[in-house]
Amino acid sequence: MPAAPQHPEPLQSGAEVLLRALKDQGVEVVFGYPGGAVLPIYDAIFNQNAIRHILVRHEQAAVHAAEGYARSTGKVGVVLVTSGPGATNAVTGLLDALMDSVPVVCLTGQVPTHLIGNDAFQEADTTGITRPATKHNYLVKRSEDLARVVHEAFYIARSGRPGPVVIDLPKDILIGKAAYAGPVDTHRSYRPRTEPDPAQIARAVALLKGAKRPVIYTGGGVVNAGPDAAAALTRFVRMTGFPCTNTLMGLGAFPASDPQFLGMLGMHGTYEANLAMHGADVLLAIGARFDDRVTGRLNAFCPDARKIHIDIDPSSINKTVPVDVAVIGDAGRAIAALTAAWEADATEPDRAALAAWWRQIDLWRQKQSLRYIQDTAPSAVIKPQYAIRRLWELTQAQAKDVFITTEVGQHQMWAAQHFGFERPNRWMTSGGLGTMGYGLPAAMGVQIAHPEALVIDIAGEASILMNIQEMGTLAQYRLPVKVFILNNQYMGMIRQWQELLHGSRYSESYSNALPDFVKLAESFHATGLRAENYGQLDDVIGRMLASDRAVIADIAVDPKENCFPMIPSGAAHNEMILGVEGEGEARGITDEGLVLV
Amino acid sequence: MPGPDNNHLRSATISVLVDNESGVLARVIGLFSGRGYNIDSLTVAPVDDARGRSRINVVTSGTEMVIEQIKAQLDRLVPVHRVADLTREGPHIAREMALVKVLGTGEKRVEALRIAETFRARVVDTTTESFVFELTGATEKLDAFIDLMHPLGLAEVSRTGVAALARGIRTI
Repeated sequence: MPAAPQHPEPLQSGAEVLLRALKDQGVEVVFGYPGGAVLPIYDAIFNQNAIRHILVRHEQAAVHAAEGYARSTGKVGVVLVTSGPGATNAVTGLLDALMDSVPVVCLTGQVPTHLIGNDAFQEADTTGITRPATKHNYLVKRSEDLARVVHEAFYIARSGRPGPVVIDLPKDILIGKAAYAGPVDTHRSYRPRTEPDPAQIARAVALLKGAKRPVIYTGGGVVNAGPDAAAALTRFVRMTGFPCTNTLMGLGAFPASDPQFLGMLGMHGTYEANLAMHGADVLLAIGARFDDRVTGRLNAFCPDARKIHIDIDPSSINKTVPVDVAVIGDAGRAIAALTAAWEADATEPDRAALAAWWRQIDLWRQKQSLRYIQDTAPSAVIKPQYAIRRLWELTQAQAKDVFITTEVGQHQMWAAQHFGFERPNRWMTSGGLGTMGYGLPAAMGVQIAHPEALVIDIAGEASILMNIQEMGTLAQYRLPVKVFILNNQYMGMIRQWQELLHGSRYSESYSNALPDFVKLAESFHATGLRAENYGQLDDVIGRMLASDRAVIADIAVDPKENCFPMIPSGAAHNEMILGVEGEGEARGITDEGLVLV
Repeated sequence: MPGPDNNHLRSATISVLVDNESGVLARVIGLFSGRGYNIDSLTVAPVDDARGRSRINVVTSGTEMVIEQIKAQLDRLVPVHRVADLTREGPHIAREMALVKVLGTGEKRVEALRIAETFRARVVDTTTESFVFELTGATEKLDAFIDLMHPLGLAEVSRTGVAALARGIRTI
């Protein structure tokens, strides 16, 4: 028996223990929505000042807000929802966080333990429902486990490959007395590996030194590894002189303005990035998972490349693409090890071959695959790409730090293509799950974390309606989030696929009966602006950026514009459809491709 | 091309040492169903009460790439301590037990008993018109016995699924 402590602390209620554990984890903000099962927690929140509660309007938005908070700070985002519908509403956000490796801890209320399994009011099998939507989940059945579970949950959420963790809290556990225990950073069975194997690093460097046509392809893992990892990546890329491309999730890890940057790769990536992938002889993938949106047709993916894959998650290695060298570890530490090994190795890289490779890449660049044609008559219709370009250019003049979130669809891809990200953690988008309605609540979370920053949700008129209720949250907390709607009156990406793949049969993709977004903004105590044509665009963007309030800027853009370049589903990197001149040529689409989404 | 052969299917007996906590089996089963992996057999029981650990034995099949993926996905589950691919890591023993009920009278009944003796099956329950045999061995041996019982009045089978250990001094 361990000796009893000299001055045993008086036991607190479970809810108080929970809040103390959150405080000890450094939690400053919780995004939540009350309900019967979590009333004891709300009571404890009422009686303290250390943790701020942000009242959202829908539980899904609470999770996206926590994601925005987490991705813009590197901290764990925290969510508090009630049992039953509170928990089920959060599921989309949880899966979004799982797919994009975002650290979130979600506290869900639960009916008291003696009612579990009785179909009680607002009961749901939350651990059952969220099991495949979380990195891990807990149902706390004993008060004495509460503090330990909370600390474990934070450790699991932020370490290794980050992800969401649910803690299901029966009401009697929150009311009953519980002992407190401090944070721990160990776990009896969960031990993520972060240090790369030097032997594998040496093999990687040997391949890289011998490369004639190398490409460095990096993803969200570099962003998750922290700003130091992105800085290390930038140094490594410049040191090697190799071209670098980023995934959608990885944008900002390498400066977009750098001449060695090829732009984003994949389905809507640049011509030069995708053709470089196709022609590469050595591929270095860091913190990227060979997603189907990146690879295109697998049996034609990087056909000539020896592949090196650095990832913290062993299950990402050889999942879809077999690789030659696998390095398990934290992206930042692996890049540091690569840099050290590269410098220690006396072998000279093949500079002549590399110069020839860059000449080839420059030829591909001359295609100007992101080109679009904007008519500059004042009454001309606004091209969506131009709207993003102007937004980017005009935000550059701002002294403020700029954070961009997006919804999902064409506007998201145009934002990824045309907004230049120079630093990590400034770009929040739903990549893996593709959750429409992500951008507004995510922007809310970013603005809470960075009150002085300029936070813009680049949206489409369809997506924005999926969590439009959060305009109320913006009003309540005076969050000056800017919502920049590219309004083409269609679910644009759906419309584009229907045009290219389904004979222009625009089944149910027209955004019928849209609200007046200006009046909608005003009804939520925000500013509403609208640009109808080229001549009005700069003025609207300028007024939006100058406002210290929440703004919805409704930008009427060309309803028929398609997002190019595009690798059609089931096609290879070298079978891209280009924009301006290649419009409508959907080469390479097979029946198998049509099945893919 | 480097990397594992992606066409040849193989069977794998995988043992997983887990914390004996609620929901752990659901995590493992959910992983298999959610990702479309096969389960040919699955057993689970506590093996270390002092440390609260259970052992799950899964027999699965797939290409080398899929089996490697299954192991990595299992290893990623938080309550998992260790994943061992017994088929790949060296010689191992795999056994299961079956209870087999055979109904019949006369010559068929005698024949069933004779075959049972050949297989070293034990009679654990009997009436004048039924036997319940208990048989332990490799999966193939149990399959063969059950096949032979079909024409002899096979009525019901209950099998445990595979328990497996590495041969020699290796442990999980």
